[in-house]
Amino acid sequence: MSSRTQNFLVPIISIILGLIFGAIVMLISGYNPVAGYTALWNGIFGSSYNFGETVRTIIPYVFSGLAVAFAFRTGLFNIGVEGQLIMGWFAAAYVGFAWDLPTIIHLPVAILAAALVGAAWAFIPGILKARLGVHEVIVTIMMNYIALRSINPLIAAVTGGAERTPKVHESASLRSEFLQSLTDYSRMHWGFIIAIIGVFVMWFILEKTTLGYELKSVGFNRNASEYAGMNVKKNIVLSMVISGAFAGLAGAMEALGTFGNIASMSSFSGIGFDGIAVALLGANQPVGVFFAAVLFGSLKNGGINMPNEAGVPNEIVSIVIALIILFAASGYVIRLLLDRAGKSKKEVK
Amino acid sequence: MSFLDVLYFIIPSAIFYAAPIIMTAIGGVFTERSGVVNIGLEGIMIVGAASSIIFNLTFVDSFGTLTPWIALIVAMVFGMIMSSILAVAAVSFRADQTVSGVAINMLGLAAAVFIVKLIYDKGQTDSIQQRFSRFDVPYLSDIPFIGPLFFEDAYATTFVAFAVVFIAWFVLYKTPFGLRIRAVGEHPMAADTMGINVAKTRYIAVLISGALGGIGGAIFAQAIAGNFSASTISGQGFMALAAMIFGKWHPLGAFGAALFFGLAQSLSVVGNAIPYVKDIPPVILAILPYALTIIALAGFIGKANAPKASGVPYIKGKR
Repeated sequence: MSSRTQNFLVPIISIILGLIFGAIVMLISGYNPVAGYTALWNGIFGSSYNFGETVRTIIPYVFSGLAVAFAFRTGLFNIGVEGQLIMGWFAAAYVGFAWDLPTIIHLPVAILAAALVGAAWAFIPGILKARLGVHEVIVTIMMNYIALRSINPLIAAVTGGAERTPKVHESASLRSEFLQSLTDYSRMHWGFIIAIIGVFVMWFILEKTTLGYELKSVGFNRNASEYAGMNVKKNIVLSMVISGAFAGLAGAMEALGTFGNIASMSSFSGIGFDGIAVALLGANQPVGVFFAAVLFGSLKNGGINMPNEAGVPNEIVSIVIALIILFAASGYVIRLLLDRAGKSKKEVK
Repeated sequence: MSFLDVLYFIIPSAIFYAAPIIMTAIGGVFTERSGVVNIGLEGIMIVGAASSIIFNLTFVDSFGTLTPWIALIVAMVFGMIMSSILAVAAVSFRADQTVSGVAINMLGLAAAVFIVKLIYDKGQTDSIQQRFSRFDVPYLSDIPFIGPLFFEDAYATTFVAFAVVFIAWFVLYKTPFGLRIRAVGEHPMAADTMGINVAKTRYIAVLISGALGGIGGAIFAQAIAGNFSASTISGQGFMALAAMIFGKWHPLGAFGAALFFGLAQSLSVVGNAIPYVKDIPPVILAILPYALTIIALAGFIGKANAPKASGVPYIKGKR
């Protein structure tokens, strides 16, 4: 079996195994897995409202997946997408409600603000990694908590003590009457077009520019890249910054599209951490990330329907996702089994 | 409030908050020393916290005041089960250790909340009746200065944590088993050549971290939180991870760093009752432990301190 088909099969098998284990967990807990998964399916496609909500759930997952995948390609593990997302969310919400500009400027400025702030938040672990060799995993985890602990005071500071910012002005909003009327007044918004552009941008940077070539090269072999005359430190910082910009955009989608504001948070949104799963399952390829985001976004949104329709706690979806990550990460064993299966078939012939 | 009063107030509270972090950080020292990165400590603590609270609520009538202690053992077992998933993925299946650790965190939280909802039909449990209680250590609490600091109104779990630190140091540095763990983490191939079973040693080290992480979560739940919900454990596992790195992968270092994080945590909770501290904006106190970790990593701790093979799966026969 060629490694190309294997690369394609490992995620598929991981997803199937994850769903099977999810069914077993439901069975053991005394729930009906058929009813559970039917409820999941209906939660995704059951009505035009659910479908609209599914699309809007997918949008930030595309960006958080791209963010993790982009850093991965340079050999960096950005667990800090969650924190960068929170800061980007805040930036977009702030620019959206505090400034008064015509739509043609306001919307791009608000989106750009989120990307910039996300990038800035990722710049700190990037520069520490490049200059001092500090492991980016620990620093990004710490930056997540700093973002979470400072976001509520920040919201209070710009609103004079309120728990949520006012809604963004119409001129900065991604929402549309048209899409809402189409989907039975779900929160679906124009962000899906920006997400598709994001996928294209990552593909373009990585495959069509010198910068992308260098970033990938550093990811493959740091020493060889250095020897070939590339500035490894600059590339590490750039990779984190671009990754952070994608993460910030995920926040912008929530601020300008889904919610239209930012409310005080007591725990993480989870979108950033799920981005790790999305990137892993998408094999860190832009198009792969897109499809993985579609899957995870659908699972997450469909899961909300499970407690109502089948009485199953929607945490089952998180369990399935965690299992899918575990299986995909253990790809070595799946490849081994595929190889064995391939060989025994030949012997039969 | 005099300076001495502040000390009497803040030190016991710091130790109180430090105990769970100490436990979990020591667990982290064991896995990382054996060459397995355990980002999943947070998830393991969550499972420990949930299982201890559920046990405590269910069996409080049959065990009475002993309940929290038996719950500690239950949490230990569930912590080990959780960590065994990581061990299988990271040691046997050669999975990326950081990625599987992240999966453990997701799995731990989701499974704990799932089971709580399954049993209680709501996302948060009731408060437990039997918590770990405070007591004055006989004789020792009469010592001037030291007595009120450490032995008055103390939690027995604190002393368990202290004992674990000492035992961990002894095991890692004074026994053949400890030498094996460190050897496997520094240079697994050399250790393998000398007849040490690398996979087995790593399995044991990961299971130890699961046991200690589970206990850490149970201490936090039964001494500090008193119930379980999705947000009961919020970052303590990551703080333990940071304490381990801050403490240069050494039990005593991790102990010191955990005490410091305990101090930072307790300052953010009780700080508004202390002169000078109460003038500091609460947000500064809240982000202090995390910011200091970054500064410490950047400033004080060189690159060479981490176990050399940490994070690398060992593949026999591969140079």
